[in-house]
Amino acid sequence: MQEIIQYLFSGITTGAIYAVIAVGLSMLYSSTELINFAHGEFVMLGAMAIVTLWVHMALPLPLAFAGAVALGCCMGLLFERLAIRTARTPQPIVLVIITVGASIFLRGVAMIVWGKDPFSVPAFSRHDSIEIAGAALLPQSIWIVGAAVLLAGGIHFFLKKTLTGKAMVACAVNKKAAWLTGIPSEKMGILAFAVSTGSGAVAGIFIAPITMSSYDMGTMLGLKGFCAAMIGGLGSLWGAFAGGILLGVLESLGAGLISSGLKDAIAFILLLLILYICPGGLFSAKEAKRF
Amino acid sequence: MLLRKTTIVVLAILLCLSPAVLLAKPVYKIGGIFSSTGRASFLGDPEKKTMEMMVEKINAAGGIDGHMLQAVIYDSEGDPAKAVSAVNKLIHKDKVLAIIGPSTTPTTLAIVNFVERAQLPLISCAAGVKITSPVKPWVFKTAQSDLLAVAAVYQHIQARGIKKIGIITVANSFGESGKNQLLAQAPDFGLEVVQAESFGAKDTDTTAQLTKIKSAAPEAIVCWGTNPGPAVVAKNVKQLKLDIPLYQSHGVASPKFIELAGDAAEGIILPTGKILVTGLLPEDDVQKKILEDYQVDYQAKYKGNVSGFGGYAFDAVNLLAKALKGSNGDKNKIRRALESMAHHVGATGEFNFSAQDHNGLAPSAFVMVEIKGGTWKLIK
Repeated sequence: MQEIIQYLFSGITTGAIYAVIAVGLSMLYSSTELINFAHGEFVMLGAMAIVTLWVHMALPLPLAFAGAVALGCCMGLLFERLAIRTARTPQPIVLVIITVGASIFLRGVAMIVWGKDPFSVPAFSRHDSIEIAGAALLPQSIWIVGAAVLLAGGIHFFLKKTLTGKAMVACAVNKKAAWLTGIPSEKMGILAFAVSTGSGAVAGIFIAPITMSSYDMGTMLGLKGFCAAMIGGLGSLWGAFAGGILLGVLESLGAGLISSGLKDAIAFILLLLILYICPGGLFSAKEAKRF
Repeated sequence: MLLRKTTIVVLAILLCLSPAVLLAKPVYKIGGIFSSTGRASFLGDPEKKTMEMMVEKINAAGGIDGHMLQAVIYDSEGDPAKAVSAVNKLIHKDKVLAIIGPSTTPTTLAIVNFVERAQLPLISCAAGVKITSPVKPWVFKTAQSDLLAVAAVYQHIQARGIKKIGIITVANSFGESGKNQLLAQAPDFGLEVVQAESFGAKDTDTTAQLTKIKSAAPEAIVCWGTNPGPAVVAKNVKQLKLDIPLYQSHGVASPKFIELAGDAAEGIILPTGKILVTGLLPEDDVQKKILEDYQVDYQAKYKGNVSGFGGYAFDAVNLLAKALKGSNGDKNKIRRALESMAHHVGATGEFNFSAQDHNGLAPSAFVMVEIKGGTWKLIK
C-alpha cells in the first residue's frame, strides 16, 4: 500500500510536468491548428535560462523566473516570425516539418551556448520531503502540480472568458470569417505562439530543480507532452491536463509494478492505442473536433 | 650569373642534406582513432591531446632507437562506421605499425576484426569487458574493465558485512554491462541481489524504481550509470529517506557529479582511478610520481585539468613506446613485447599483460572514495 502511494506521488509529479507541456501544445493547436514539435525545446530553454539567470547570475528568483519566461516568449515570437510566417506554402504538413527542423536547430544552438554538460538547480523551497502514510512527497512536486493547475486554469480563463482569447479561438475556427469581423488574425497567431512557448518555458523552470537540465532534455519531454495531449484530445485544455497526469501515473505504476524498462514504452503504446481506438482522445467528443 | 650561383648553392645544400636524410632512420608511424568530437568527446578529446603530447615528448628525447614517431590521428566522432573507415585508412593508406584507441566500446568492437585480419597491434582506450574477453591476439586495452570496478565495490561492501543489495542501472551499454557484472559477481562475494531495476538515461525521476528496491529491504544500493542519471538517483534516495549506503560506479567519478547531486552526494561511495585523487595518495604509492608528472605536463601544454580518460591514452602510448623498442618496426615483435609486458606502472594502474590477460590490471587499479563535504576522501 505504502508503495502504491509512493508510485502515485511520483506519477502525479511527472504527470504534472507532462500536463503543463501538453497544455501548451494543446493551446497552440486550438488557436492556430498547428502541432509544434519544437515545444519540448522551449521547455529546455526555460530550464537552461533559469540555470543561467538564477544559479549563475544569482538574480532573485522572481526576476530570474520572469526573465526565463520572457526568453521563452521572445524565442516563440522569433520562431513564428522567422520560420512559420515565411513558409511559402503554409500547409499543415509543411509547418509541422518546419517545427521539427526548428527543434533540431534550437537543440544545436543550446549545445553551443550551454555546452553538453548537464546542470543542476536547487529546489525553490528548502524543506524536507513530507511523509504521508509512509510515502515521501517532495516540496518541489507541490510546486509543479500547483504551477500546472494555475497555468491550465489561466489559459482556460484567457481563451474562454477574455475577448482576446475568444478572438484567438475564432481565428482558428475560420481565419477568413474572423478577419471579416475585424479580428487581426496575424496578431492572434503571434500571441498564441508567445503564450504557448512561454508556458513551455514555465514548465522547464519548474522541473529544473527535480531533474538535471541539459541541451537535449527537450525532445523526450516534448514527445511525452504530445502523447499526453493526444490522450486527452488535442485542443481540449483540460483533456490535455488529465492526459498528462494519467500518463505520468501509468508510467510510474508500470515502472513500479511491472518493469522499469517499460517506462517509456508505456507512453508510446498508449499513444498508438489512442490513435487506433479513439483518435479524438479520451476526453473529447466523438468526432476529432475541437469545439 | 645569378642563376648559376643560386643553382650551385641549392646543389650544395642538397648535397649536404642528403647523407643526413639517408642516414636518418625511417619514422615509426602510429595511428590513433579517438572520438575527439561528438557525444563522447569528453573521452576522445583528452586522449587525442595526450597522445599528441606524448609523441612530441618522445621525439624530443630522441625518438625510439633513433626512429622518430609520427602520429596519424583520425576522429571517429563516436560513430562505429567512421571508426571502421578510419581503421581502413590507417591500415592501407598510412600503413601504421600499431593503433591506439578508439575511445568507446562500440567503436572498438567495430574495428577489432579489421586489426585482427591485418595483424596490427591495437591498444584500445575503452572500458568494455568484451574487448579483451575472450582474448584476441592483437587487441589490448588500458582502461579498467567494469569487471574490476564491480570487484572493488563488492570488496568494500563485503568488508562491511552486508549481505543483501539492490542494484539500479542505466538503460544503455554502460549500465547493461555493469548490471551483468554486478549480477555475475555477487555470489563470489557472498552477496544477494534482492532487486534489480533500471532507469532511462534521461529520466527525471527514479522514485518508482527506488520504492520497489526499498520494499525488497536491501542493506545497500549500487547504482551504475553515467551523468546525469545517477545524480537523480542520489537525490531521490535522500528524498525517500532510504537510510542505507549508496554506492555509485566509476562512471560518475568527476567533480561534475558532486555539482549535480549537491547535498545528496554526501556519503556516497564509489570506485575511481587514482588520477582523480592524486593529491590524496600516500607518498609511497608507485603511481603518484607518474600521475603528478603527467598532470604537470598536460596542464602546461593545454591549460586544462587531466582526466582518467587521458590517462588511458597516456598508458597506451607508453606501453607502445616500450614495445617498439628493439622491435625494428616488426609488428609481430611489437605484439609479443606487449603480451609479455610485466610490472609496467602507468597512470591507470600496474599492467601485467599475459597471453590470457590483455588488460593486465588488478582491482587495485581502483581506489574507493567517499564524498565528504563536497569533495573526495580516500577510504583506508
